[in-house]
Amino acid sequence: MADINIQDIIKPENLVYKKTRLMTDKTLSYCPGCGHGTTHRLIMEVVEELGMEYETIGVAPVGCSVLAYEFMNVDMQEAAHGRAPAVATGIKRLWPDKLVFTYQGDGDLAAIGTGETIHACNRGENIVIVFINNGIYGMTGGQMAPTTLVGMKTSTTPYGRDVEMMGNPLKITELVAQLPGTYYVTRQAVHTPSAVRKAKRAIKKAFENQLNKKPGLSFVEVVSNCNSGWKMSPVDANNWMEENMFPFYNLGDIKVDGKLVTK
Amino acid sequence: MGELRLMKGNEALAEAAIRAGVDGYFGYPITPQSEVIEYLTAEKPYERTGMVVLQAESEVASINMLYGAGATGKKVMTSSSSPGISLMQEGISYIAGAEIPVVLVNVVRGGPGLGDIQPSQSDYFQTTKGGGHGDYRLIALAPSSVQEMSDFVPLAFELAFKYRNPAIIISDGAIGQMMEKVELFEQMPRLTDEEIREKYRWATNGKLKDGTRRVITSLDLDPHKLEEHNLKLQAKYREIEEKEVRYEMLQCEDAEYIIVAYGLSARISQKAIQLLREKGHKVGLLRPITIWPFPKKQIDELVKKGVKGFLSVEMSAGQMVEDVKLAVNGRVKVEHFGRLGGVIHSPEEVVAAMENKIIGG
Repeated sequence: MADINIQDIIKPENLVYKKTRLMTDKTLSYCPGCGHGTTHRLIMEVVEELGMEYETIGVAPVGCSVLAYEFMNVDMQEAAHGRAPAVATGIKRLWPDKLVFTYQGDGDLAAIGTGETIHACNRGENIVIVFINNGIYGMTGGQMAPTTLVGMKTSTTPYGRDVEMMGNPLKITELVAQLPGTYYVTRQAVHTPSAVRKAKRAIKKAFENQLNKKPGLSFVEVVSNCNSGWKMSPVDANNWMEENMFPFYNLGDIKVDGKLVTK
Repeated sequence: MGELRLMKGNEALAEAAIRAGVDGYFGYPITPQSEVIEYLTAEKPYERTGMVVLQAESEVASINMLYGAGATGKKVMTSSSSPGISLMQEGISYIAGAEIPVVLVNVVRGGPGLGDIQPSQSDYFQTTKGGGHGDYRLIALAPSSVQEMSDFVPLAFELAFKYRNPAIIISDGAIGQMMEKVELFEQMPRLTDEEIREKYRWATNGKLKDGTRRVITSLDLDPHKLEEHNLKLQAKYREIEEKEVRYEMLQCEDAEYIIVAYGLSARISQKAIQLLREKGHKVGLLRPITIWPFPKKQIDELVKKGVKGFLSVEMSAGQMVEDVKLAVNGRVKVEHFGRLGGVIHSPEEVVAAMENKIIGG
């Protein structure tokens, strides 16, 4: 076999995909197959495309993406568990021309931080919230999340989520869509190329809303997998997500330009 | 001379915040300090100076708004009272860990729990020993007059930014609610966004043009790096202890006995000293203005000068007395006196305590 020189391959005409420079070169801490890395990249691509690299401040949560600030190559703050919407409020109120976003998981946004989430949405803070919902607490080892499906097994619901004991999974995205303070609310996924393209369009719309000072908060939920927590292979996790998560957490826009989408 | 006004302590503090060029106030109403946010919303500081005022949904949200805004290099503050300050402890710990310069105000009321709404000094431990989790300190200024409620606002910001450390003004329900004459300082300018970006290169307000990005966090999963960070914090605290102790001494030159008291208790103790001196006892007052850093050296010098005993007077079950004891280190007698639960002691009670516990004890 002839020697292949990598330099012969790296040519502009062969370039089909390039990592945005707004992702650092640090190796992602996420499990193979996890949707976090893709979602990080989409946000950073959008910030780059909007030319807002120097004008963006991101807020990382507590959870699997606690180290998001190591991967997203913009100014970042690491918030206490659940408090990112309050942290982002503080930033945005004092720097109204900057792009401010939070990146939060389901435990962070819909359990411990429910109050901050609801009130930031209700005040109509001109920020973007990106919400990763994988129905489980990944970082702490697979415990029940507020969004864990009924009957779903986790390390704290080893016999499946029991509604009588733990209540129903919380559709916080539908809930915040009801608030006049939200301008754009959508639910996306990043498990297939077409889903990734749609999710990117949604994230871009959310950031453009903020840039154009549209009245209210833009909220993008990404239903994602957690193959480690769900104890499945990445492919099985994606299939399971399609079969079980999407029927409950329907993908698509919920509110656009301040108006609820009728289905 | 600056403008003279008759004001409540809480109002003087709020006016001082506007005049000190504060960029943002985030708070949640709680008695006995609700006048702070009421004054600020009525005064429309966004028209006077461009200052942002926002009522948060909770103290938990307020302190995290402070975290976010403070981490961009802006001058931001919050105020609350004891139960609210307890709620903020998580955020305060994060702010101390991430070295964000903010100013907090605690208008202390009786506790524990919901307690009451009367003045108290029972949050001394919480203020000076950490309060939240981890090894950290707050620079703590204790006003004993309405004038100091005003004067300590710019001072607290100066110290907070000098050391990139949260500073707290620890007052009480009486100092917050009482009206006194106050001389207001002149309006100070707010820094422009460009000045902030130039001055505070650590702040997260959008990457620098040279591509440098900043991260504000209190997290480091590597224990050795986190130890290094802690050692850096400790070195900063030692420097603050060395340079920033503030105190006032009254009639200590010839004193055989000393009352140590801060805030409202210091005001009451001034009268007690007068009464004790009328009775022929040579008693002086040491008033810590910074309760952290605590005036340890000053107490040590008083012991070396021959002071025979110290009475720590505080509206608590005896918290500051532990710091007095540490400074005295067993050489002479140290006792505590104070009423609890929001009851304010009278000068006569302080006199009796000094006579019974120290002079005759």
